Amino acid sequence: MYRYDEFDAAFVRDRITRFRGQIDRRISGALTEDEFKPLRLHNGLYLQLHAYMLRVAIPYGTLNGRQMRQLAMIAERWDKGYGHFTTRQNIQYNWPKLTDVGDMLDALAEVGMHAIQTSGNCIRNVTADHFAGAAADEIEDPRPTAELLRQWSTDHPEFLYLPRKFKIAVTGSPNDRAVTKAHDIGLRMVRDAAGEPGYEVIVGGGLGRTPMVGKVIRDFLPKADLLAYVEAILRVYNLQGRRDNKYKARIKILVHEESLERIQGLVEAEFQRLKAEGLSVEPNPAEVARIAAYFAPPEFDDLDDEDGGYEAARLSDPGFRSWSDTNLTAHRAPGYRIVTISIKAIGEAPGDATADQMRVMADLAERYSHDELRISHEQNVVLPHVKLADLPTVSAALKEAGLGTANVGLISDIIACPGMDYCALATARSIPIAQDIAKHFADPAYAETIGEMKIKISGCINACGHHHVAHIGILGLDKAGRENYQITLGGDHTETLTIGERAGRGFDADEVVPAIDRLINAYLDLREDPDETFLAAYRRLGQTPFKTALYPAEAHDRAA
Amino acid sequence: MPKKPFAPQIVSANDLLAGDVVYLDRTGTWTRHLVRAAVAMTPEEAEALLDTAVSQPAAVVGPYLVDVDLTPGEGPTPVHFRESFREQGPSNRPDLGRQADFSDAAVSDAALSGGGAW
Repeated sequence: MYRYDEFDAAFVRDRITRFRGQIDRRISGALTEDEFKPLRLHNGLYLQLHAYMLRVAIPYGTLNGRQMRQLAMIAERWDKGYGHFTTRQNIQYNWPKLTDVGDMLDALAEVGMHAIQTSGNCIRNVTADHFAGAAADEIEDPRPTAELLRQWSTDHPEFLYLPRKFKIAVTGSPNDRAVTKAHDIGLRMVRDAAGEPGYEVIVGGGLGRTPMVGKVIRDFLPKADLLAYVEAILRVYNLQGRRDNKYKARIKILVHEESLERIQGLVEAEFQRLKAEGLSVEPNPAEVARIAAYFAPPEFDDLDDEDGGYEAARLSDPGFRSWSDTNLTAHRAPGYRIVTISIKAIGEAPGDATADQMRVMADLAERYSHDELRISHEQNVVLPHVKLADLPTVSAALKEAGLGTANVGLISDIIACPGMDYCALATARSIPIAQDIAKHFADPAYAETIGEMKIKISGCINACGHHHVAHIGILGLDKAGRENYQITLGGDHTETLTIGERAGRGFDADEVVPAIDRLINAYLDLREDPDETFLAAYRRLGQTPFKTALYPAEAHDRAA
Repeated sequence: MPKKPFAPQIVSANDLLAGDVVYLDRTGTWTRHLVRAAVAMTPEEAEALLDTAVSQPAAVVGPYLVDVDLTPGEGPTPVHFRESFREQGPSNRPDLGRQADFSDAAVSDAALSGGGAW
């Protein structure tokens, strides 16, 4: 994985020194809050309902054991012993004091981490497939691309004050686990007719108040042209994007209002001009190779894709069998599996991990996963390279740490934003709704019967919980002073990204679990066979039977 | 459209250094105790309280008026659920936030940026 060079380290240290000075001037009164706020946001420091919140970037969701252990130390020393992994592959600390933030940033810098550009109208932390470098279906590891973009976009003077925030996601696999079509720019690794890898470039996707599916602006972009083309998109957006209305300032609105064809023409013209006039950053091949080398695959052992100990454990331990059925994914190397550690223990806040749990995950990564960890946008943690033979040991260690829940991809593997339990923007709570649903469907056998299910919950229209692209999406709103929850159905976060359809009137908080229960019962009755997922059944049947299940009284009235 | 009748109001903000929730008291200083918050019974009193609050930018961040109900003997309670959560802490973590801190009778306002009176 990438390691900071002297330039990176000096840049981060210099930024911390500057930010410490800005904090001192705010405390002394030399800076007003209006002057200080944009400075703290550029350094990832928010003020939430109960306290400050520090959002730390985990570039493309990749970190090593030492970094995870440092995150644990920070949680214990300056926070309240836990951190929250987010849908942007970041970690958030919910309780820092203003006077401690400089020390927290110093501690992050010791392990090559920072909180720069995790807020503000700039290019945010570049995200990627959390199975990068391990997935069996991968064309190329997307992380060298993401790292190149990270270096290019960090403190880029032209793009620090964009009309609005800007998010880029990269996937190297045809099966899109990075939700690329819901980003300002999505990059999907593809091959041209000659078999050379390049990118399909998607632009103008996004969730939030105006959800939109990204559109393909370039079918194939050679890898060498990446920075020039992305720079052309950013330049067009920077000049053309609306600054008069923050709700219409994202590039998705520009593409929608101006048409893809017009934006495509402007981008192409700027791209050609940048190339012809030599104005763009041409990535130095030696630098590209240097970055790629940091992401070279570990030296995997030459193994058979079966292991006696693993098979024996599956036969003798139903709990292990259940966990290995749900929490493992095929690996590119025989004899290895990708382990997804569920940060969704039944009844706990999705994405919250204690410092002790972080240290357990760090230890397991160092011992059994070539010292690599990933944070997924689904708020889980991944050990990307684990031998089959080590899985029983890894599983037992996770179980002992309260990290052994066998529910990845099932109904209790719920995405939930912090909602009104923490967030100043929220209009309702998310976490207790997720906890209640998970507890209601806690029976593992029942969850397996239901099968693949993506429930995602946002506590406001900004959609940090990705509710638009959930099979069952839940949006918390404030309806005349009461928490109220709208349900959307049929969303899809993959390469066939689909925005879910609103089902009807919202529900009070205590009505949500019964409503979900009715939906699930209807699905189980309606599906053609156990292999037909909720999403497949919804696509086959349409919304009507599910809406009838959600609103039985209204359906009865219509029939009368 | 008829004008909304005035509801009793208090001023809340976040402490500059700790970031936690504070209320303006009758002496014009900040307290972590909701029960000690100064209550405005008229729009003029509310405006005066807010003026006092915004004149202390070195103590707090983002002071604003909060509608409250008044129950005899219990002090003000927020009307809106958002303010109730701010007053308590995360509803999923009763061990954290004001709801936990205030279980300790020894909690004081001494460490507040504005130098609380209690």
